Amino acid sequence: MHWLGAGVPMLAILAAAFLGASCGDDERGPAEAPTSVSRETASPSAAVDPEIKGNITVFAAASLADAFTAAGEGFEAANERVSVTFNFAGSSALATQINEGAPADVFASADTAQLRAVAEEDGVDAQATFATNLPVVVVPAGSDTIRTFGDLAHSGYSLVLAGEDVPIGRYARQILANASVAGGLGAGFSASVLANLRSNETNVRAVLAKVQLGEADAGFVYRTDAASVADEVDVIEIPPEFNVVAQYPIATLTGSGNPDAAAGFVQFILSDEGQAILAEFGFGPPRKN
Amino acid sequence: MLDRSARVTLAVLTVAFAVFFIAPFAGLVERALDNGRTFDLMTGETARRALILSLWTTSATVILAVVLGTPVAYLLARTHFRGKAVVDGLVDLPIVLPPTVAGVALLTAFGRRGLLGEPLEEWFGLRLSFSTAAVIMAQLLVSAPFYVRAAKGGFEAVSPRLEAVAYTLGASRTRTFFRVTVPQAWPALLAGVVLCWSRALGELGATLIFAGNLEGRTQTMPLAVISAFEGTSPGLSGAIAYSLILLAVALVLLTAFRLVASRASPAA
Repeated sequence: MHWLGAGVPMLAILAAAFLGASCGDDERGPAEAPTSVSRETASPSAAVDPEIKGNITVFAAASLADAFTAAGEGFEAANERVSVTFNFAGSSALATQINEGAPADVFASADTAQLRAVAEEDGVDAQATFATNLPVVVVPAGSDTIRTFGDLAHSGYSLVLAGEDVPIGRYARQILANASVAGGLGAGFSASVLANLRSNETNVRAVLAKVQLGEADAGFVYRTDAASVADEVDVIEIPPEFNVVAQYPIATLTGSGNPDAAAGFVQFILSDEGQAILAEFGFGPPRKN
Repeated sequence: MLDRSARVTLAVLTVAFAVFFIAPFAGLVERALDNGRTFDLMTGETARRALILSLWTTSATVILAVVLGTPVAYLLARTHFRGKAVVDGLVDLPIVLPPTVAGVALLTAFGRRGLLGEPLEEWFGLRLSFSTAAVIMAQLLVSAPFYVRAAKGGFEAVSPRLEAVAYTLGASRTRTFFRVTVPQAWPALLAGVVLCWSRALGELGATLIFAGNLEGRTQTMPLAVISAFEGTSPGLSGAIAYSLILLAVALVLLTAFRLVASRASPAA
């Protein structure tokens, strides 16, 4: 059993690595905290700093996946020494991950509630609304089960929504509530629609996939999601008097290890070039308040 | 027998292993105890419905795996034919498959536009996706291979000569199988059941895709955990509370299985 002899020094290395890893975790806060370098660049009016470099990680809502991937390429082309990594998921999952210490530099959420959750726990800098989006109803292409918004009150079809805590899921329920008034579609509208609910998906893309595959007869997604698979789904517009406008806020995170590049990315998204990319994917411009 | 450096090495390795495996659970428990809502969440309606659904669907899955998987395992253990290695590989395939892919695969087969799903709906009006049946199918696909593998190993270890003796004594094939082969292979079969059940209980990805996520109908415990985690209310504290239930149930049942197994064969 003399191989054990060789095993001992290796073990020592392993043990050191293990201990090192656990200590490193404790030191994470101070080690990664930026040494308060020129935070003024976070101001959205400032021009993109030509000196920014390094990596940034952008946590963005699932509905932004296509648009931000394109915007990321534009940003990297304009700033050759910066590389952007994206993490796309439901905004609520992203907020939880950030609050649990995930190393993010920028957070772009599909609603203000999730950004607020992060702001309260971890702190954000330079928050701005950068886009708007409109919920729509999608049905499988060519399906005649549901043809109008009012048809949603029928029984015996499969409706799929995002969960109540996912922004699009909350908007969907709010829209149904908005329609459930006298003069709207009747007090029982929302309840009749929700009786057809078959699944609470964890993000908007999962809702879209279920409709694309024809598993669900109808689902609530954003206009931009519907546009990304225009051949596979038909869009039913939600009457504007019931609809809500989704506001997308973006912010750099206080814990960012590369605040300059993070601010640069936010500026790029707010710039004319960034806004043009977002518009290409069907996002509306931010509403001025 | 072991010299000093060997003993030290063993001790260090064991401690490192123990720390690595116990720390995550300790972390969960610590967080849960820290949170005043944990008890309410653990005894709440969401947790109760998810737990009941998890328990009965995994039981159904294990029964189906045993009924459908035992003949396959026996055949694979007793027969030899060209291309058997490929069949063996096919049986094991779902073990390697990412559960998400298993879910998509189930949709392409049994979804409303799937290979079999479309005729099933057309001819019998049967719709599987988003149903509790879909939960069981998702669990069965990813967990049955664990049972078949273990059972096959168990049957292979039973000497065909024992079966031959039973035949010469006038026992029928069926009687021989249940009176000679199964008792001999029992520890392996039981181990297979435990593995299969454990995998089914933790199943998440395939279920989420094929069966969807609706409380009381398709939201099993792992889906309740991911829903809580991805939401704001109850959020992470809910995910932790539900995970604790899942762990507690698994611990109780796995221990019970161990006790049954050690009764069945004191040598094992």
